[in-house]
Amino acid sequence: MSTKKITVTVNGTSHSVEVEPRLLLVHFIRENLNLTGTHIGCDTSNCGACTVLLNGRSVKSCTVFAVQANGKNIKTIEGMAEGGALHPLQEGFKEEHGLQCGFCTPGMIMRCADLLERNPNPTEEEIRWGISGNLCRCTGYNNIVKAVQYAAKKMQEAEAVPA
Amino acid sequence: MIPQSFQYEAPATLAKALSLLQQYGDAKILSGGHSLIPMLKLRLATPEHIIDISGIKGLSYIKEQGGYLKIGALTKESDLEESRTIRTRYPILMDAAKMIADPSVRNLATIGGNLAHGDAANDHPAVMLALRAEIIATGPNGKRNIPVDEFFLGFFTTALQPDEILTEIHIPVKKAKTGGAYLKLERKVGDYATAGVAVQLTKDDQGHIAQIGIGLTNVSAAPMRASNAEAVLKGKSPTDELIAKAALAAARECDPNADLRGTVEYKRAMVKTLTERAVRLALKRAK
Repeated sequence: MSTKKITVTVNGTSHSVEVEPRLLLVHFIRENLNLTGTHIGCDTSNCGACTVLLNGRSVKSCTVFAVQANGKNIKTIEGMAEGGALHPLQEGFKEEHGLQCGFCTPGMIMRCADLLERNPNPTEEEIRWGISGNLCRCTGYNNIVKAVQYAAKKMQEAEAVPA
Repeated sequence: MIPQSFQYEAPATLAKALSLLQQYGDAKILSGGHSLIPMLKLRLATPEHIIDISGIKGLSYIKEQGGYLKIGALTKESDLEESRTIRTRYPILMDAAKMIADPSVRNLATIGGNLAHGDAANDHPAVMLALRAEIIATGPNGKRNIPVDEFFLGFFTTALQPDEILTEIHIPVKKAKTGGAYLKLERKVGDYATAGVAVQLTKDDQGHIAQIGIGLTNVSAAPMRASNAEAVLKGKSPTDELIAKAALAAARECDPNADLRGTVEYKRAMVKTLTERAVRLALKRAK
């Protein structure tokens, strides 16, 4: 079994490790780094439970090899809260009841982080298309849309406050 | 699902990638990985070597140059979606990019991979047939231009040779009075098309259809051109009657299989409906 040495930065911490090329990024994150907030749902790039940010863009980590992330930045749900304060998206999901069982939530939040980065003030339709690759089987999507709207509003207000 | 073990290389240059491809013989090329990795996980593909070309510089661009819209093979679907050139001048490509898989998949999936996979269920093949594109393949002896009509040879089979890499796509630059559309019926976001129809057409000064290309998605073993439907409309004034006749021709000449997405009859009916709608939308856009 041959391995490859990769260096990836996950939530701000650099990791240099030897991995088998066939190791999936989601397994690397969960099993090598013990960051189990990233979930495995369908394992076929349908459900979005495994969504993480790769160089700032949302990807489904069940369909990426860890070796493909070599030299790149990864952000997982564990990297969202800063200094003990929830990210506005996390707060939004909490305030608007955007989750019930919570299985899809980390993936939803990472997907929406990318969405809001590119489109800070999305319409309801844009949010719904934006999360179209992330499945929720409990609450339906209405409260998730509200949670994203909550976060968008909060993030825009924060931007507007002079430093 | 865990793929079979393989050796992995990520060359920094195209030249290195080509020499590795020659050296290994049985290697598979990985760009975004969103067709290849699912096949590896299902062990439908079990290559000994994988050559990841995603780090090669200079293969991701969208530019109009020398009479062509040139798209680098590593251009991601999300790059197409975000491109002003695509949004303002090539709506058919925008339609397709927005309907491919879902936003996270589009952040990695590339246009080159979508074509090189040779899958009639993928969306770009029909679009490229409608646009009469050329596929540029680079091999050890340099580049060759493959007209799209000679590219898709059969079920998951393309004209790419084992030592070649798809590097660029050439699309005739948009002319006046030209419009296009891609319509796809899917059961849910991320599913393959039940049927898809791509239309690109150019009107002449009299309002006749001077040129037309119609490509069909997932209703044949290999991506197909609806030649009979094109012939109905070419050179004619697009009346309701003729559009309906062309749509019927497309429905008759396609060759779908029955599956979870529908019966053969249903798929033909959807090709008919989508062809009518796509021709009308393309005409509307051809101002």
